Amino acid sequence: MHRRTLMLGSGAALLGAREAAAAGALSDPGLPAGTREVAEMASPPGKVKLIRLTDRPPNYETPLEAFRTPITPNNRFFVRYHLAELPTMAELKDWTLTLGGDAAAGTAKLTLADLRRLPAAEVTAVCQCAGNRRGLFSPHVPGVQWSIGAMGCARWRGARLRDVLKLVGMKPEALEVRFHGSDHGPLSETPIFRKSLPMARALDPNTLIAWEMNGAALPLANGFPARIIVPGWTATYWMKHVTSIDITSAADDGFWMQKAYRVPHGVFPAAAPFPSQDTAQNSPVTDIVVNTLVTDPVADSRVHAGGFEVRGIAWDGGSGIHQVEVSIDEGKTWQTAKLDKDLGPFAFRAWRHPIARVAPGPVALRVRATANNGAVQPDQLMFNPAGYHNNAVRTVHVVAA
Amino acid sequence: MHRIALAMLLAAAPVLAIADDVPAPLRPGAGQETVERICSGCHTTSYIRMNAPFLSEAQWKAEVTKMRQVFGAPIEDDEVAEILAYLIAEYGAPK
Repeated sequence: MHRRTLMLGSGAALLGAREAAAAGALSDPGLPAGTREVAEMASPPGKVKLIRLTDRPPNYETPLEAFRTPITPNNRFFVRYHLAELPTMAELKDWTLTLGGDAAAGTAKLTLADLRRLPAAEVTAVCQCAGNRRGLFSPHVPGVQWSIGAMGCARWRGARLRDVLKLVGMKPEALEVRFHGSDHGPLSETPIFRKSLPMARALDPNTLIAWEMNGAALPLANGFPARIIVPGWTATYWMKHVTSIDITSAADDGFWMQKAYRVPHGVFPAAAPFPSQDTAQNSPVTDIVVNTLVTDPVADSRVHAGGFEVRGIAWDGGSGIHQVEVSIDEGKTWQTAKLDKDLGPFAFRAWRHPIARVAPGPVALRVRATANNGAVQPDQLMFNPAGYHNNAVRTVHVVAA
Repeated sequence: MHRIALAMLLAAAPVLAIADDVPAPLRPGAGQETVERICSGCHTTSYIRMNAPFLSEAQWKAEVTKMRQVFGAPIEDDEVAEILAYLIAEYGAPK
């Protein structure tokens, strides 16, 4: 009955200093107190050492340590579901993908083998929940209280969505391409999880139906056997276990498009419009905003006053990273970091910067990225009521000795 | 080369049944049993603890209304006030 309470207590006591630093998010003072109580290291099936926020539906984030490489290993990749009834491997054995819709010229049903006979394409891209860092909003807003780890970057391999759509053809009135997956709520009244893309994005050569992630089959919790990949756009469109794709002449009017995943109109510029879902009040969340994460040194750790290196990753919605800057004087002056190997415009870009001798005592590290499209991380949070797109410049406090 | 050994995967891979732990009980208080019974029908009660203590009375009311009207949570009329009072008292923003 009280098993978990006991586990929480003993687990916390056993956590070493190194592990505690690596976990980081478990104790970030920017998170709500209740979130810090709930968050716990866990290794659900197929995963190793993620931070559990909830287990039903499963919401697990990736700890800081797993972002020290620009490719996130499959077994460290975050897990996010809205609804608690999930497909089993036994059910997915007979997986098929149904193509149709009122603006499709025909219908088709594909097996995984059919899908894999199409020309394969590969893209390295960041999959980031729109609500990543929601838990660090001030003031706090309701939702899953993610810290920094509701994201990952992988090499995705699959068929181009446009090649799949060609199999059925489309009518001139085609407006959106709508996806449905196989997870659902316990109640039939709960809106099914359905998302749509504007035609232009659906036909973009980078938009895939992937069956492989980092050279292996997709983990069950990341959408086995196939998921939609929309490089540059937030993960809400990356439908897991996708079972049907409809070409439609009308804008999807479901809850998950029209009520959820909305931001105030005009606050977050997008590279391309999504006119069929835009209103005067709000717009659908689309492009990933420019952001950085400092992976070293970790907050509250000790650094050498004689000099140390700051390392991390930066990413945006597909224009690529122009520069990363580091400040140790609260933003008065900035030094330009060295960018590591470019894995493509949609990928994490690793960077590093040596800090010369500093005075012993507290050091406040600030890091900001600028994208190739000119977007730069804001000093202050771009507040919005549902808690999306938190890319405010953060400060990492360390102590030099 | 990139072929997936599907049969092997299916044999080895578990069900995505991650909810094996009993969630920590909610705080004792008037309405606790009703909240646990109804809310845990669709999700772990850790959602409540995670979203605390910062939601105002109006924000908790909006959450309960959303669960009822959008997600179809089977909350009877006379249970709404009981659920709300509990959430505000035990998991609401400090007044």
